[in-house]
Amino acid sequence: MYNAVVNELIGSLGLIKPELALLVTFVVVIIADLIFKNNKVNLGLSILGTIVSGIFLIGMSGTNTSAFANLIAVDPFSEFFKYLILISTLIVLVMSEFSEELHNRDVWMGEYYMLVLGMALGMFLLAGATNLIMIYLALETMSMSSYILSGYTKEIKRSSEASLKYVIFGSLSSGIMIYGMSILFGMTGSLDLYAIQSYLAANGFFQPAIFISGLMVIAGFAYKISAVPFHFWTPDVYEGSPITITAYLSVASKAAGFAVLVRFIKLTFFDAAGSSDESWIMMNSIPWDMVLAVLAVATMTLGNIVALWQSNVKRMLAYSSIAHAGYLLMGIVVMTNTGLMSILVYFFFYLLMNFGAFIVVMLFAHKIGSEEMDDYEGIGYQAPVLASLLTLFLVSLTGLPPTAGFIGKLVLFGAVLDSGWYWLAVIGVLNSVVSLYYYAKVVRNMWLRKVDNGKGTLKFSIQSQALVMVLGIPTLVFGLFFGPIMRWAEHSVRIFLGN
Amino acid sequence: MSGTFNILGVGILTWITFLPILGMIAILAIPSGKDEISRARSLNYFRYITLGITFIQLILTLVVYSGFNFSMPGINDASSMQFIERVTWISVTGLPMLGDLKIEYFLGIDGISMPMLLLTAIVSTLAVFASWGIKKAAKGYFAMYLLLVTGMMGVFVALDFFLFYVFWELMLLPMYFLIGIWGGPRKEYAAIKFFLYTLFGSVFMLLVMIALYFAVGSFNMFDMMDPSKFDQNSILAGFGTSWRYIAFAALFVGFAIKVPIVPFHTWLPDAHVEAPTAISVILAGVLLKMGTYGMIRIAWPMFPDAVQYFNWWIGLIGMVSIVYGALCALAQFSVGKRDLKKMIAYSSVSHMGYVMLGLAALNTEGVIGAIFQMFNHGTITAMLFMIVGVIYDRAHTRSLDDFGGMANKMPVYTAIMTIAFFAAIGLPGLSGFVSEALVFLGAFKTYPVLTVISGLGIILGAGYMLWALQKVFFGKLPERWSGPWDPTGKIYKNDDINYIELGGLVPLAIVVIYLGINPNPVIGMMTSSVNHFVELIRIGGNFAGM
Repeated sequence: MYNAVVNELIGSLGLIKPELALLVTFVVVIIADLIFKNNKVNLGLSILGTIVSGIFLIGMSGTNTSAFANLIAVDPFSEFFKYLILISTLIVLVMSEFSEELHNRDVWMGEYYMLVLGMALGMFLLAGATNLIMIYLALETMSMSSYILSGYTKEIKRSSEASLKYVIFGSLSSGIMIYGMSILFGMTGSLDLYAIQSYLAANGFFQPAIFISGLMVIAGFAYKISAVPFHFWTPDVYEGSPITITAYLSVASKAAGFAVLVRFIKLTFFDAAGSSDESWIMMNSIPWDMVLAVLAVATMTLGNIVALWQSNVKRMLAYSSIAHAGYLLMGIVVMTNTGLMSILVYFFFYLLMNFGAFIVVMLFAHKIGSEEMDDYEGIGYQAPVLASLLTLFLVSLTGLPPTAGFIGKLVLFGAVLDSGWYWLAVIGVLNSVVSLYYYAKVVRNMWLRKVDNGKGTLKFSIQSQALVMVLGIPTLVFGLFFGPIMRWAEHSVRIFLGN
Repeated sequence: MSGTFNILGVGILTWITFLPILGMIAILAIPSGKDEISRARSLNYFRYITLGITFIQLILTLVVYSGFNFSMPGINDASSMQFIERVTWISVTGLPMLGDLKIEYFLGIDGISMPMLLLTAIVSTLAVFASWGIKKAAKGYFAMYLLLVTGMMGVFVALDFFLFYVFWELMLLPMYFLIGIWGGPRKEYAAIKFFLYTLFGSVFMLLVMIALYFAVGSFNMFDMMDPSKFDQNSILAGFGTSWRYIAFAALFVGFAIKVPIVPFHTWLPDAHVEAPTAISVILAGVLLKMGTYGMIRIAWPMFPDAVQYFNWWIGLIGMVSIVYGALCALAQFSVGKRDLKKMIAYSSVSHMGYVMLGLAALNTEGVIGAIFQMFNHGTITAMLFMIVGVIYDRAHTRSLDDFGGMANKMPVYTAIMTIAFFAAIGLPGLSGFVSEALVFLGAFKTYPVLTVISGLGIILGAGYMLWALQKVFFGKLPERWSGPWDPTGKIYKNDDINYIELGGLVPLAIVVIYLGINPNPVIGMMTSSVNHFVELIRIGGNFAGM
C-alpha cells in the first residue's frame, strides 16, 4: 500500500515536468532578484524558464493519463491550453520589457516576473485539474497572482481601484464556487470528478440540488472568463491594470477558465455510456446546453452593445473580450467534439489578435499618452505601420476574411450550425455585425480623421514593431492557410476521461 | 477545358486577379516624398502605376475574351467552364464530424462572368482617370484602389464558394476607406453605413455557405448545384423544403443588399453622394453588379426550387425598385439639396430593378437582357458619375439650382453628357435600349402586369434625365459662372472638359454607342450560358412540383 502511493507520486512527478519547470523558475527568480537586483536578469530567467517548460511540454506531447491519483489529468486537451498559456506568458514577458508604465517608476520589478510565473503555474494546474480541491487551489493560485498584478502600478489610483475590485468580486465568486463544491461533495461524498460522475450515474439523487451546485461551480469559472452576469469586474480591472496584465487576463486567464469549465462539465455531468464524440449526452436531463446557450447569448450581446458606447480603447477591448467569451461559449453549448475543436482554434487566433491589439494600444499610449479613442485621430498617418497592424487585428476581431479571426468564426459557427442550434448561430453572426461598429470606430479615428495631418511621424523601436509583426503576420497567414491549426486542435480535443 | 493560358506558369485569371496586389505592394514601397517636388513625383508614380496595372489587366482580359469559346455553357457544369485553374488550397482530413475539409483555389469563367470581367477591367481602368485629381494621402488611395480591384475581379472568377466569400469581403475594407477618407462632408456616416449594411447581408450568406458545406461536404459551387451530391440527412437536402426556402431567402438578402433593391437600398444614395467620383464610378459600375452576379452564379442555380417559389416576388421587387427608384430620382428636383449625384444614385436603383425583372422573367430574352443590362448600366452609370465629377470639380456644387446654360460654356462636355443621358433613358441606337427592350420582352411573357407597371420607370426615367439635362445645359448661364472656371489657368486652362477627363469618358461613350448598334459582342458570349441557365432553373424548379 505504502509503496503504491510512493510509486504513484514518483510516477506522477514525471508528468508535471512543465509545471515543475515553472515552479523552479519561480523560486530562482526570487533568489536571483535578491542577488543580482537586475531586471534584465529576472526577465532572462523568466523567459528561459518558460522555454524550458515548453520543451518539457513538447517532450510529453500525446500523453493521455492522469497524475497524483486523479488530481490532474495530463491529456492533449490540457496540453493545448498549456501551449496557449506559455505563448501568452512569453508575449507578456517581452511586452513588459517595452512597457513604460511598468518601468518608469522607482519600484523594483522583481516580483512582477515572479507573479507572472505564479499565475502561469496556476493556469497550468487549472487546465488539467480533475479534483474539486485541485480546481479551487489552482484557481486561487492564479487569482492571487493576478490580484496583485492588476494593482502593480499601485501609485496610479485606477490601478489600485482595479485590484481592489478584482479582489472583492473574485472572493465573492470563489465563495459561491466553493459553496457549490461543498454541496456537490456533501451529496456525492467525493471530491474527485470521476467519482462524482460515477456516483451521479449510479445513484438516485435530488436533481435541483445537483443543478444548483453545478450552477454555483460554473459561476466561479464564468467569473474567470468574464461571462455575463459575472463580468462586472472586467471593464474596470482591464482599464486600470497595467496593459500587459490586461492582455494577459484577457487571453491566458480566460483560456484557463475555459479549459476548466469544459473539463468540469464534460467529466462531471455527462453520460459516459450514452455519449460519443459527436454528441455528449448530459445526465439526468439537466439542460446544461441551454444554460450555457443563455449565458453565451447574454455575454456576447451585452459585451457588444456596451462596447458600442466606449470611448477608451482599453475599455472597449475589455467589453470586446466579454463578447468573445460569449462566442466561445457557443462552442461548449453544442456539446460535441467539433464544438470543442472550434473553441481551441478560436482561442489560438484570439490570442494572436487580442495580444496584437493590446500591444499596439500600449505602444501608442507611450507616444500620445492616452488610450482615448479621440486621441487616435490621424495616428494612421503618423505611425502607418503600427496603425495598419492594429487595423488588421481589429478586422480580425470582427471576423472578416482574409484574417485568422474569420476562420475562428467560420469554424465556430460551423460547429453551431452543424448541431442544429440555428437561432444561436443567427444571434452570433448578428453580434459580429454589431461588433464591426465599435472596432471600426477606432479604425475611423486612426485613418478617416485628420488625414495627412503633417504632424510628423512617431518613432517606434524596431524591436517593438517586430513584436507586433510576430503577431500580425500569423493573423494574416492563418487566415489564408489555417490547415495546421485545425489539425492541431483536432488532435487536442481528446479529454482524459478517467479509468 | 479549352484555352488555358499560362504566363510564367501562372494562369491568366490569377494574373488578372492578383496583378493589382503587385501594384499595391509597389505603391506601398515607394515613399510619399518629403518636399513639394518629391511629393509631386511620387504622386505621378502612384497614378501611372495604377493606370499601368489596370491597363495591363484590361489587355489580359481582352486576351481572355479573344480566346473565349462562345458555345460552352458553364453555369453548373464544371467541364464547360473556361480558363480553369484549380489547385487544392486547404485540406484537413479526418476531422470529427466535419470530415475532410477541403477548400480549393478554383477559378474559371463562363458566359455570365466574361461580360463582368470585361466590365470590371474597363471601368477600373477608366476610373483611374477620374482619380487623377486625388492629392490627399494619394499613396493610400491608389493602394486601396488596387486592392478593391482585386476583390472585384476575384468575385467574378471564383468558383469555390469559400474563395468567393473571401473576395466578396475583401473589398469591404478598401471601399470603407475610399469613401471614408476621400469622400464628402458626411463621408464617415456613408462609409460605415455601407460597411454595416453589406456585412449584415454577408453574414447570412456565410451561414448559408456553412450549411451548404455540411450538406455537400465541399465548398465547390458545382457540388452545391448538384442535388445528387447532397447528404440526404442534411436540412438542405431535397427540393422545395422550407429550410431551402429560408436558405435561399438568406442568400438573396445578402446579394440584394449589394444590388441594392428596395427596401435595402438606403445605403446607396449616401455612399454615392459622399464617395469621390472615381469610387462612385466603381461602385455603380462594378460593385452593384456583384449582387446580381451572385444571384445568377450562386443563389439561382443552387436553389432553383426556391427561385420558382419566390419568382413572382422577385419580379415584384424588381418592379418596385424600378418605379420607386425612378420616383426617388424625380423627387430630387423638389426636395433636399437637389443634388444631381443623388438623382443619378437613385436612377441606379431603378436601373438595377430592370435586372431583377429580367431575372424573374426566367426566359432567355429576359435573362440575357438582365445580364446585358448589368453591363450597360455599368458603362452608362460610370459615365454619368464621371460627368457629375467633372462639373463638381469645377463648380464645387452639384445642386441643380446652380446650373444652367452650360452648353455654350462647355460644348464638348455637353455632347458627351447628352450621349450618356440618352443612353440612360434608353434611346434606341444606344446600348441601354437593347437591354431594356430585351428585359421587357422577356418579362412581358412571364408577368405582363408587373412589366406594364414597370414601364412607368422608363417614362419617369425620361422625365428626370431630360429635366436634369435641361437644368444644367440650357437656359441662362448663371452670373457666377460667366467667367472662366479657373482664372489663374493653373488647373483648368480651358472652360471645357480636359483630356484626362475625356480619357475616361470617350472610351465608355464608344462602347455605349457601339453596343447600341451591334450588341452581339456581348450578347453572343452569354447566349449559350443563359440558355443553359434558364433550362436549369426551370427544370430544377419543376422538381418542386413532383
